[in-house]
Amino acid sequence: MKKLTTTIIISGLLLVAQPVMAAINVFSCEPEWKSLVEELGQDRVKVYSATTAFQDPHHIEARPSLIAKVRRAKLVICSGSELETGWLPVLLRQAGNANVLPGKPGYFEASSFVKRLEIPGKVDRSLGDVHASGNPHVHLDPRRVATIAKALSQRLIALDPDGRSSYTKNYETFSTRWQAAIQGWQQQAEPLNGVGVVVHHKDWVYMFDWLNIKNVGALEPKPGLPTTVGHLVELKNQLKETSAKMVIHTKYQNARAAKRFAQMASIPVVELPYTVGGDDNVKDLFSLFDVTIKKLLGALK
Amino acid sequence: MLSKNKFFYGLVFMLASIAVLGSAVARADQNSTRFNPDISLIIDGRYGSYSNTSNYALPGFMLGGEASRGEQGVYLGHNELTLSSNIDDMFYAKFTSAITDHESSTEVELEEAFIETIGLDYGLNVKAGRFFSSIGYMNSQHGHAWDFVDAPLVYRGLFGDQIIDDGVQASWVAPTDLYVKVGAEVLRGAHYPAAGANKGGAGASSLFVKIGGDVGASHSWQAGMSHWEADISGRKAASHSHAGSVATEIPTFTGTSKVNGLDFVWKWSPQGNASNEYLKVQAEYFERSEAGNVEMVGSSPLETTTYDGKQQGWYIQTVYKFMPCWRVGLRYDELDSGNTGSNATILTEAGLISNGHTPRRSTVMLDYSRSEFSRIRLQISQDDSYSDSDTLVFIQYIMSMGSHGAHQF
Repeated sequence: MKKLTTTIIISGLLLVAQPVMAAINVFSCEPEWKSLVEELGQDRVKVYSATTAFQDPHHIEARPSLIAKVRRAKLVICSGSELETGWLPVLLRQAGNANVLPGKPGYFEASSFVKRLEIPGKVDRSLGDVHASGNPHVHLDPRRVATIAKALSQRLIALDPDGRSSYTKNYETFSTRWQAAIQGWQQQAEPLNGVGVVVHHKDWVYMFDWLNIKNVGALEPKPGLPTTVGHLVELKNQLKETSAKMVIHTKYQNARAAKRFAQMASIPVVELPYTVGGDDNVKDLFSLFDVTIKKLLGALK
Repeated sequence: MLSKNKFFYGLVFMLASIAVLGSAVARADQNSTRFNPDISLIIDGRYGSYSNTSNYALPGFMLGGEASRGEQGVYLGHNELTLSSNIDDMFYAKFTSAITDHESSTEVELEEAFIETIGLDYGLNVKAGRFFSSIGYMNSQHGHAWDFVDAPLVYRGLFGDQIIDDGVQASWVAPTDLYVKVGAEVLRGAHYPAAGANKGGAGASSLFVKIGGDVGASHSWQAGMSHWEADISGRKAASHSHAGSVATEIPTFTGTSKVNGLDFVWKWSPQGNASNEYLKVQAEYFERSEAGNVEMVGSSPLETTTYDGKQQGWYIQTVYKFMPCWRVGLRYDELDSGNTGSNATILTEAGLISNGHTPRRSTVMLDYSRSEFSRIRLQISQDDSYSDSDTLVFIQYIMSMGSHGAHQF
């Protein structure tokens, strides 16, 4: 009798202790990768994004809450290419989590899976905050996102082999939808082909590469340096030679500079979402491109 | 003081450093920087203006370590060269030397030289070598990362600006959503405010706890508690001269010392975006109890007294970034002491009796950062450190070359 009671108690405890399914903790440096992990992992993952669309991923501090999140993460996913160089190494060193260090399966550097643009021949701080391994803002080209999604899906399987079938299924669903979406976006974006655009910071090279949009100039005199009136005047004069149809910026950038320049040059100013959460209607990667292209087309009219 | 070499060694070291930097630059062109250590050089220069020429003092506190008011005219601050790198998948190492001028000779100080584990897992970290103690909030930050030109008075009066020592530190980050870090240090106890490397070279030790987190997207905070204690032999203060006499007597403490501290930092920026606007408030409090003897080394006959020290101090400061590149700051400092001993005259000579004066200081600061690698700062203090009140004005530039610095909280 006593033995039976013990068995029942132990089985009961085991039932309570056994969670239905332990979602794997993922630490994402940027919201776009959080969204991608959620597409591919669905309910097998619990993703935290270190930044929001309101924050500049170059300028984040290794604050206590982030250390605590990295400590418990099974996967850390970031753009890489030195975008997070000011804070991610500090988080990784302080969190004491061996599974997510560079080189381990728990560390996923998205930009390392695709061809990067703007790899500088010369690295000098007088050129601004340049990244020696190229421009890190790779998520704005959906073709590159497709390549990253494939690698990420395989990584999730490696980290959580029990979920193989659901990761495979999620990837296939995502991939089919994504390829169809790319076709749609490309058709919609036809009128943008060859159009000149002024940017705040060089966040958009991959999207421009994809849609053949011309980057006519940047409001920042050098990447990462604040804009000046003198530079805006110079840029406006430059527009006499190569025309621009609009000036674009993200939510985390100072809109004043863009508005001022738009007035000077009599062209529309467009705030683009840049990442998931950058606009009320941008809930995932699909709506990110839907809204971005719609806004760009809207400014052409 | 930290290990010092003469000018010659300094020069050799600098030339070697330049050679290392040069070769790193050459290799960067070949796109193979990955296996070279991160190198960064901090250039720190200052201009100071004040009217008092009397000896600087903090009544009730001995001054030692790096403690000083600063110079008049143009002078150099802490020019530091740092090399750091992951050694392999287990270890990280960092080496920092500061090249400073002390009374017209150039000296090289070994500021940091430590290794730290990176792959220990379970939230554990072990550090060994020479490092800034993790007690308090500001102690483990380099001076060039501070928001003001100089250390708060409580750091100046108790620690000689900062506690740096040789030893081992172990820390653990809890696997919780709330950031909880606990750590302990066993230190040699050879550097100010410890001295003598007692207990077989384990003369000092510390304990610290830090907790922190976010409140919504806009607020983040950290709070800490720390304890430091040491068994001290022969801690020397800055020399003390009698008016009209050439003889120098150096107040020297031997005994036990215990420090307890509380620190708090809170940061705000609109939706966590600090590029255009942010506010930071930080405050720390420390109290120190000491028991032992104070001798005036160099006096004849030797003057000695028992010493029962009770000292405390705090500061609160706030920094507001009101537009890109520009920040303004305010700081208030205050110290208090109630030291006693068998011979009040000797304690007075040693500067350990406050005679009713409360050292205090109010400071305003304005700085401009063209990029995150450069900063120019203007600072004005109403200084009542000692009875001769004064207005201190400093202009400082801090520039960093080489690898990208870390954005510590």
